[in-house]
Amino acid sequence: MPAPAPRSPWADAMDTLALFAVDPHGLGGVLLRARAGPVRDRWLQGLREALPASAPVRRIPLQIGDGRLLGGLDLAATLNAGRPVAERGLLAEVDGGIALVAMAERIGTGIAAKIAAALDHAEIRIEREGFSTLLPTRFGVVALDESAHEDESVPAALVERLAFLVDLGDLPLREAIEPAPDRDAVEAARATLPSVLLDDEMLEALCGTALALGIDSPRATIAAIRAARASAALAGRDRVLEADASLAARLVFAPRATRIPADPQAEPEPPAEEPPPPPPPPDDRPDESPPDEQTPAEDQPLDDRVLEAVKAAIPAGLLALLQAGLQPKQARSAGGRSGAMQRGQRRGRPAGSRPGDPRSGQRLAVVDTLRAAAPWQPLRKREREASAGAGMARTGRRIDVRRDDFRVQRYRERAQTTTIFAVDASGSQALNRLAEAKGAVELLLADCYVRRDQVALIAFRGPGAEVVLPPTRSLTRAKRSLAGLPGGGGTPLASGIDASRLMADSVRRKGDSAVLVMITDGRGNLARDGRPDRERAQADALLAAAELRLCGVQALLIDTGPRPQPAAEKIAAAMGACYLALPYADSAALSGAVRQVVASETATGGRSRQGRGT
Amino acid sequence: MAAVFPFSAIVGQDEMKLALLIASVDPSVGGVLIFGDRGTGKSTAVRALAALLPTMRAVVGCPYGCDPAKVAGLCGACDGSAVKPAAASKARAKSVAGGKGTPEPKSHAVPVPVVDLPLGATEDRVVGALDLERALAHGQKAFEPGLLARANRGFLYIDEANLLEDHLVDLLLDVAASGENVVEREGLSIRHPARFVLVGSGNPEEGELRPQLLDRFGLSVEVKTPTDLPTRIEVVRRRDTFERDPAAFIAAWQKEDAKLRRRLTAARAHLAEVEVPDRVLEQAAGLCMALGTDGLRGELTLMRSARALAAFEGDASVDDRHLKRVAAPALRHRLRRNPLEDAGSASRIERAIAERFGA
Repeated sequence: MPAPAPRSPWADAMDTLALFAVDPHGLGGVLLRARAGPVRDRWLQGLREALPASAPVRRIPLQIGDGRLLGGLDLAATLNAGRPVAERGLLAEVDGGIALVAMAERIGTGIAAKIAAALDHAEIRIEREGFSTLLPTRFGVVALDESAHEDESVPAALVERLAFLVDLGDLPLREAIEPAPDRDAVEAARATLPSVLLDDEMLEALCGTALALGIDSPRATIAAIRAARASAALAGRDRVLEADASLAARLVFAPRATRIPADPQAEPEPPAEEPPPPPPPPDDRPDESPPDEQTPAEDQPLDDRVLEAVKAAIPAGLLALLQAGLQPKQARSAGGRSGAMQRGQRRGRPAGSRPGDPRSGQRLAVVDTLRAAAPWQPLRKREREASAGAGMARTGRRIDVRRDDFRVQRYRERAQTTTIFAVDASGSQALNRLAEAKGAVELLLADCYVRRDQVALIAFRGPGAEVVLPPTRSLTRAKRSLAGLPGGGGTPLASGIDASRLMADSVRRKGDSAVLVMITDGRGNLARDGRPDRERAQADALLAAAELRLCGVQALLIDTGPRPQPAAEKIAAAMGACYLALPYADSAALSGAVRQVVASETATGGRSRQGRGT
Repeated sequence: MAAVFPFSAIVGQDEMKLALLIASVDPSVGGVLIFGDRGTGKSTAVRALAALLPTMRAVVGCPYGCDPAKVAGLCGACDGSAVKPAAASKARAKSVAGGKGTPEPKSHAVPVPVVDLPLGATEDRVVGALDLERALAHGQKAFEPGLLARANRGFLYIDEANLLEDHLVDLLLDVAASGENVVEREGLSIRHPARFVLVGSGNPEEGELRPQLLDRFGLSVEVKTPTDLPTRIEVVRRRDTFERDPAAFIAAWQKEDAKLRRRLTAARAHLAEVEVPDRVLEQAAGLCMALGTDGLRGELTLMRSARALAAFEGDASVDDRHLKRVAAPALRHRLRRNPLEDAGSASRIERAIAERFGA
């Protein structure tokens, strides 16, 4: 039985690796949160060595097109053969192996959903470019999450299907000591796996634990069951014991917990009655904070013991966050880490094709072009033969494509707009202002519902700014976060502007356009570092505003002070924002004003942003 | 094809199961939308439904799965006309070779199609397009029917409906409304029947469905993760048992599924005889008025689904009980609403029902 107290993240990562290697498809995969570097490489190398030598490991790049991902028409082969030839997609090629999703925090929900569907059904249904096939594929996913900011995270639909979430964080290489499991052990475990039994008692314990930790989706529980089986198989047993269940629960449930079970009765350790599972862990792990009390656990029901094992492994930060009642529901059903970034797949999505000249910089729609050319081939061939009768016959051309056949890809032109609300939630701003801002966000959201745009909400108060609502189109989520927005405290205006700039920037990087709506009275009294210093605060705010201006974000500053404030106007000028004094603005007036700015942004800003890179 | 989890083994989620069954009894109810938490068995239920449905008779070789009693006469298999899609002509060739060139179309029992519209499907495969192979190899212009043709008389299932490309959504809207797929592309000009029950599923956290598409669904159900331990244990246990030995699990539930299938068949036969008393129609209209639903579609769906439910339950006529059970799924997505108030729509319906039918 591995020590239930906090262990080195690497030891956990190795346990995870071993379990995953035993049943990659059953367990779905691993979300590996780490920066690119030697520690991550060591983990991946370990995985490669643990898997059968024949298992393919393929990387799915960020920009992969549907054609490569799912399969479609192989153009070269088609032209060569003179008949349609299908190309296998990456998801079919990794059958029996591992799909590495690089920079998983930036893949779109569309790609995530396609990978998820392939995982779910163990097959890929292809209805593309004239092909209609069903290819079986069983693979595991390793999603490499390099997200640096809160506003980036891997699409929830994918996270939901991965059994393990491993956070290597800033683990230094020297702490990555435990060796990866050995290929033969994994091979043996794979052979035993189908015969491993799991008692009802274990199953119930795992279900109970999931419920107690507020993990809603049955997928997590099923993953834990499979992990427990894999653990037993690794130990060469044909029955799941408590040690296996505890290990599985700890690895699968702990990162997904959305609440801490009610009884804060110390932190008892589950009994260590079983030998550790084979990824032979060095016996002494540095126990950073061994729990002092050790209650005799034998008399506890099984699920409590499993639960305790998990509780011990829940990261401290999460615990504090949950106990403070922060982000109470956001993490829920986001399947793992909270606040999954939602975004549509709208930018540059093909919207059919039309006749046109590809030389004008538009993308050639190859298949459509061929399709247009196809019916004419016999005719053209005859024509060609007739005209070439005297001269040189143009041989070797299997397909005669002419200018009229060219089709170019049509893309959806309208970029998505994200409206960022930065709301001053400080004491000076009185709570009713906040209510109006919330009202305005709701009204705009109703608007976005029709136009399929996004909104985001940043609140600044107290020591700093906080992203209350990452860009979303989801009414459900927006309502949830709005309802829980508190007010009061000082005015960290500079931090608010900074946070807005960062978010606008991240929206931009995704190719959408951002509109900032700042609702404040402009009287900052907290400096960037959070110290109460009115002078510094104003200076910092102006500086932040100037930086924002450099980014060229379309902005609107709504002054909600009882009388128009020169300070607010100055900041608006520094931001290059429209200034609007609305001392008694109600939510309808606010949203009306915003609508105008958004309209002008989509008319002009959408185009001008193209020149700026990231 | 992977083994399919039996429909009758799905734990809970009664509203979802009922909605799917109602749509199978009376396809004119017009589609089912399933929205809700992840991992609640949305896809499982739809796939299970495919295995549950009684077979139907279809013309042999007809790519549109025409009913032998009512052929659309689009392909050679149905009427022997000149325009014939590839599959049909092949099948015809086969039947001729078999020595049976009967004037009446040959028919056989086929499973009701439940067609998956996968994300990433291209437009040409959805509506059908020029048969590339025949065009390239033989220079022939032939139509290759797409998913809409395959779904004719059955179900078209879109998982993650909210992630579907907009241009595909537009296409579907058009076809779902008219029951006919009109193909005008690449020099082809073809129209064929495409009557199907649209089933969509998704997670509201990933974005809303376009209002126009929402409206196309007759019934809308919300699924939630069960929160009580025994149910959750049962869900996981059955899933686990199924995965350990699919064949044995399916065999164990075969009887239940067969029972359900018989009930479905009986309900379909019985549907036309179910009476809808004027009083019930009044109640339905009153309910819709009280809730302020747009248009008449709500009342129509309410009436049809109540009738289908009555048929399924083997009742001779529709009464308030049936109305009450289908009111929420039939009307939930039709309330003229501030889109932000959707959380309240269920309770609004409940209130209206309580007022209407008296507590």
